[in-house]
Amino acid sequence: MTVFYLVAFLSIFFALMTIFTKNPVHSVLYLVITFFTFTVHYILLNAQFLAVVNFIVYMGAIMVLFLFVLMLLNLNKDTEPMKSNLVKFMGVIAGCCLVVTFFGVYRVFEISNPLTVVNPEIGLVKNLGKVLFNEFLLPFELSSLLLLTAMIGAILLAKKEPKQI
Amino acid sequence: METVVQQLQGVPINHYLIFCTIIFAIGVVGVLIRRNVIIIMMSIELMLNAVNLLLAAFSVQHGDSSGQVFVFFIMALAAAEVAVGLAIIIMVYRNTKSVDIDSLNKLRW
Repeated sequence: MTVFYLVAFLSIFFALMTIFTKNPVHSVLYLVITFFTFTVHYILLNAQFLAVVNFIVYMGAIMVLFLFVLMLLNLNKDTEPMKSNLVKFMGVIAGCCLVVTFFGVYRVFEISNPLTVVNPEIGLVKNLGKVLFNEFLLPFELSSLLLLTAMIGAILLAKKEPKQI
Repeated sequence: METVVQQLQGVPINHYLIFCTIIFAIGVVGVLIRRNVIIIMMSIELMLNAVNLLLAAFSVQHGDSSGQVFVFFIMALAAAEVAVGLAIIIMVYRNTKSVDIDSLNKLRW
């Protein structure tokens, strides 16, 4: 039980560091640590398949993509555009208002029962695979189409255009 | 695995709600206060992850694995979104030599 609170604290801390660090490369690295703490959360929820997918896809693929783009564009602390302090302050106030609104909507401060694992098997690969390929077969195939489209689109967009005169 | 399940027992679902709300709000604040387009996209990833974790928590509470399948689809969507978004950022950088979001204000009235 205490593990959850420790990891949640770490997640919030590193997420805050992600958005408040001036250097973009440090920001990406803090985001990697945040995603790692999310992986720990998935393991605590006994969602092992999601933990592995989160680890590989988010920390492995997406974050490396971000890091590559940052290095390709040669960004560092000196070229980092920052907003004025007034805008930052207003942004933080708006975020706090959002938190309060969500707390009110969810009624989080009422007493709730502790989370009980109804069926500890649901997060395992065997069970999820059965659900994925029975009920969700069509969305699964459509998502493969989506990924193919995204790949072609990314290549077409990032390709250098020939000079037009 | 037994110890993991025991670790889980006793954390109310409300605390997952509070935690995910805070992470989501941090993502929103990141979008509001930064001008670097790449960091704005990273904040969007943070928001997506907060929602993912909440979906997984509710799926575990109700004993229904549909929520976890949905998280899987959101992850596929996020991968596609990041690939296209970063390609657009590279294209914009090639034209304007900057990643500042304010250099893209030509469409504003």
